[in-house]
This record gives sequence, structure tokens and C-alpha cells, in this order.
Amino acid sequence: MRAFTQHNGVAAPLFRDNIDTDAIIPSREMKTVSKSGLAAGLFAPWRYLDAQTRTPNTDFVLNKPSYKSASILIAGHNFGCGSSREHAAWALAEFGFRAILAHSFGAIFKNNAIRNGILPIELKWPDLEAIAEWVAANPAENTISIDLDAQSVSAGPLGSTDFGIDPEAKLMLLHGLDEIGLTERFSAEIEAFEKKDMLVRPWNYLKAT
Amino acid sequence: MQKTLFEKIWEAHEVSSLSEVQSLLYIDRIFLHERTGAIALQSLAEKQRQVRQRAHAFCTMDHIVDTIPGRSAHTLMPSGREFIIATRSATQDADIRLFDISDPDQGIVHVLSPELGIALPGSTIICPDSHTCTLGGVGAVGWGVGSTEAEHALATSTLRVKRPRTMRINYTGEAPANLTAKDIILLTIRTLGTGGGSGFAIEFSGDAIRKLEVEARLTICNMSVELSAFTGIIEPDPQVMDWFSGRDFAPTGEQLDLAKSYWQSLKTDALATFDRETTIDLSQAKPQLSWGTSPEHCIDHDGKIPEPKDAPSKIAREAWRRALEYMELKPSTHLSNYPIQAAFIGSCTNSRLSDLRAAADYLQQTNNKVAKGVKAICVPGSGRVKRAAEAEGLDKIFIEAGFEWREPGCSLCFYAGGEDFGEGARIVSTTNRNFEGRQGIRAKTHLASPISVAASACAGFPIGGLL
Ligand code: SF4
Repeated sequence: MRAFTQHNGVAAPLFRDNIDTDAIIPSREMKTVSKSGLAAGLFAPWRYLDAQTRTPNTDFVLNKPSYKSASILIAGHNFGCGSSREHAAWALAEFGFRAILAHSFGAIFKNNAIRNGILPIELKWPDLEAIAEWVAANPAENTISIDLDAQSVSAGPLGSTDFGIDPEAKLMLLHGLDEIGLTERFSAEIEAFEKKDMLVRPWNYLKAT
Repeated sequence: MQKTLFEKIWEAHEVSSLSEVQSLLYIDRIFLHERTGAIALQSLAEKQRQVRQRAHAFCTMDHIVDTIPGRSAHTLMPSGREFIIATRSATQDADIRLFDISDPDQGIVHVLSPELGIALPGSTIICPDSHTCTLGGVGAVGWGVGSTEAEHALATSTLRVKRPRTMRINYTGEAPANLTAKDIILLTIRTLGTGGGSGFAIEFSGDAIRKLEVEARLTICNMSVELSAFTGIIEPDPQVMDWFSGRDFAPTGEQLDLAKSYWQSLKTDALATFDRETTIDLSQAKPQLSWGTSPEHCIDHDGKIPEPKDAPSKIAREAWRRALEYMELKPSTHLSNYPIQAAFIGSCTNSRLSDLRAAADYLQQTNNKVAKGVKAICVPGSGRVKRAAEAEGLDKIFIEAGFEWREPGCSLCFYAGGEDFGEGARIVSTTNRNFEGRQGIRAKTHLASPISVAASACAGFPIGGLL
């Protein structure tokens, strides 16, 4: 997993509530059993006038020249709600997004983002709104700096805003850790749990045939 | 210490406390489907890791398979075959149970889990699918995860999980007789908003919930994720416990007795406290229909489509305006003014025997037929549901009324480039999501109960059905 320490980049405002994973990447864009090749399908329903021919919708934020190189996305409430498809995180990462600023996130999406090196940042509504407006006013120049270790986002004259993050998510992102590797250190505890639990809930433990 | 039902199950599965907010939880069951499961198994194999407890892992073919009679691995969905083949080989390599297309028990993952006794009261179950919360209906803690987390659970039989806060929704008031579980949950989402359960494990409680049959409870919990909740759960009562007798993977004999006495303890203590409690009065509740593109965009079936100016916030006003535009609706009009092109009964929300019975009852009692120009489809949730329905003659009632009768699967609940109802079709549907494009390109979905879908199919426009 790609580590996240600091990042400075262009932010694209997609300032809407409830942007669901069907909108981030519709099911029809998940064409292979693979984690890659998904960036072209990112936001397909909004990004293209015709998804088949890939005719771009020039009104859509990511199609505007000033946001072409965006690596930070700004959304409203509940970003990534809906389906659990990790393809949403894979598509965002492949497109080049490193962080998403929102008021809140769909819980499954948030976990998926962290596991793919994308930093989900939850901000208070007035701060988020101010940043979105400032970015929209002058996209190319108004870049945003994020420091995960310090847990702060700075946006030019608006100064810096602190954000909260789970300690473990922070650690995973900072060091690009593989979660399974972390848990494998607990294998003795897992076996001990099963031994004890087998006495309480014997019916739970099915036998492999 | 007085504890909630959710806390009890959480604590019984805690392998290790990782921090104040996070635990390493034991995962009893892992269920995969061909859409997101093959990739988790493949990625696991690439890292040379194995499925730790293969008797606890299952996989079904539900999302991509066609539901047209005579189906095969050649799907209408472009490249669907690749997913099916990959799933077959990945499950074979991992040596886990697959409910393949030709398996008589094949069906939608969240229909199979309880039906086969894979999800049990007091158990933890995960699936790389957001509607795993359905299983709260039988008193299990189920939640959706991404493929990477599924891989973690397969490799370690555990997950690192942030403990959600607890919330209880108390239903009060005598619910009208015609009110279905689907109407109750749509009304709940309309009332609390799609962010209303964010960060919470929700317990659905109160008389109206206690009176629901097991299958209806699954419908309620199914849409917990539409409240953005971690999961939803209902206290398992004797009805639920008895329901597990004779289910393939459920305990039998002495083991069942043992399990039942353990399941008795799965109750919220009288003095336990929740981080949030809320009440919803059902005495005036009516059948619900969604008008917009979020499950919270619901109205009473005879109500008026709202005006954006009445939205609770600036951003909601914009969302309502966009939703009306997408749905091609005018505010302050009735949904009955808008002709539909399709009606769909199915999905993990409403494809169980009781759902099909309710819709078939409506069709039989009214003797109504599907209106001209409406494509109506009924898709049972599993092979077992289908056989049971056919044994009662429900298939005939549907077919005579003008519905298509399909093979089990997710079917037109979502659009993946294969089958659809036609571009821009207006659909009344028993599914759980009315997102833009969910059921097809520019498809306009109105969420409703099975009875309402049957009624709408016959009326030719969205309408609430009463029995
Ligand atoms: S029926 Fe629909 S919501 Fe349920 S699992 Fe299948 S695609 Fe998802």
C-alpha cells in the first residue's frame, strides 16, 4: 500500500451530498476481475455525455482544464455511501486522487480508501464550505497542503484546519502498512480465542469436508 | 453492567482490544459473491496466503448471472463470463463451498445466509457487499466490507473494527394493518435521513418490530446501510430461534438446544443505555414511495412531490432540485401522474417467500393485470424460495397477471451493462437503492413494497398498494 505523509495538490470541488459508489464508478465500468483499469470509469455518469463513446461532459468539474491534475477532491456529506465496491477507491487512486475532504464518509468506503492510500479527511461544515469556495474561485493557484502527521489541512489565506483520524488508520497510512501482516502477529490470541469459544459456542465451528 | 444486544455480541467476539476504539473481532462466517469475491480470493492467493477456516467461508453467484430461464455462464452483462469463470477457479483453489449457477440452492447472498443457517443469532458475518446488515433480522451482526477487508477476514478469521456507537429506534403506535416492513424502513430513512445512522449500530425495537415475521425483519435490517449505519439488528426471539430448525448449516439436536439456551441471552438489558435513542410513531404511517434519487426522498403514497424551497438546508435544496430534474418530476404533483415502463419484484430487500406471497395475494384478490406497456418481472431470491413459491402456485399467479417469472439472483436490482428496462425507464421497484443510473442508464427508480409494486404494475403508474 502506498504511504501517505504529506501532500500538496490541486483540489476539485464536487460539493454535493451523498455521492454514492454507483456514481463514483458504476457497475458497468467494472469490466474485469482486476483492481486496475478503472480510472476511465471514474464518475462516468457525470464525466461523459455518452459513456459508450466517452464524449466528455465539459461542464463536469474534472473535465475543466484547471482541475485536470486534481489530486484532492472536495465533497459534502456522506461521500462514498452505498455499495461496498472497493473499485470506487481503486478508481479514485488510479485517477490520481490522494485525499478527499468531506463532512462525512460512508463507513465501508472510508475503510477502503485508507487501505488504498487515500486519506479521507472529515472537516466541519463551515471549514469545508470555505475551502470549497476558495478553491472554486481560483483552482490552479489555490492548492491545498495536507500534513497527515500533524493532522492539518492548509488552504492559503484560510490558514490551517486540524482534522481527526483514528490512530490505527493514521499509522497504516503513514507507513503504508499491510493490515493482514499486522494481524498475523495475533495468531496465538486468535487460536486461544477459538479454544475458549469452542466451549461456549461449539455449534459455531463447522468442520471442513 | 447493563449491556445492549450489540455490545454483548461484540464482546463475545473480541479477540483483542487494539485500542480504546478498535478491536480485533472474530468473524464467524464469510460469504462472497462473484462480483467482489473472486478478486479477494485471487489477491489472497497472490500473496501466498490461505483461507484460514474454509468451512466458514462460502460463495454464491448472484450479481452477474442472468436470471432468464435457461441461463448459462454466458451472460448478457459484457465480460460477465470472466467473473463467473474466475469465481469458479478461485473458490475451487481455495476449496470453499460455491453455490454455482446450477446449484439448487443458488441465490442472493443475503437470502441464502439465513435460509441455509449460515448466519445465526449472535454470530458475526461479513461479505464484500454493503447489504450484509440484512442478517441483523435474525440477530446476527453482519456488515459489508471492501475486498481488502474480506481478504483480511479470509486470511485471519478476524477483522480490525472500530467500535460503532449504539442507537435504538423505538417504534410506537399501532401500525396500520396494510403497512409492510418495507414501508416501515422507508419511513424511517425518510425521517432520519440517509446520514441518520452514521457511525451507529442500530437496534430496531418496539411492538411493531416484535410482531414482524422473520423475513420481514430481514427487510428492515437490509436497509440499515441506507441510513449509513454500521449495521442494524433485532433481538432474536423464540420465533427466530425456531426458524433455524432444519436449516442446512444450523446446529441440530443437542447442539441446537445448546445454541438456543445461549441465544436466550441475546437481549438488551432493561437498564442498558444507548448513545442515541429515537422514536418513530407508526400510527399514522402510510405506504411509502420514493420520488427522488436517495432513499430518504420518500413520500406517503398519496402525498405530493415536495418543493425544493421546503428542503431543510441549502445543499439539500440543490439535491432535491437535481433529483426532480433527473426523475423528470414536477414539484407539488402526485406520482400517479407519471406513467411507468417497468415493475420489479426481487432483490435482497424483498425477494423472500412472504414478499412474493404478498404481491401474489394482491394480484389474485384484485384480479388485476399488468398494464399495457409495463414490463413486470418477479425474481425469487433463491432456488429454495423459487421452489416453495412454485409449490404454492405463486408462479402461475404472477405469470397470469403478466409478470415474468425468473431464476434467482440480483437481476435488475442494479445495472452492469447487461439487462435493463430501456434507457430512461421509470420503474417501481422493491429494491433498496434509487441512485442515478442504478437500474439502468437514466433509469428512474421508485422504491416501494412488493404489494405497491404489484399495484403499480397494474395501474401503470406508481401507487401504494393496500390489502
Ligand atoms: S439484490 Fe441488489 S442490493 Fe441486494 S446484494 Fe444483490 S445487487 Fe446488492
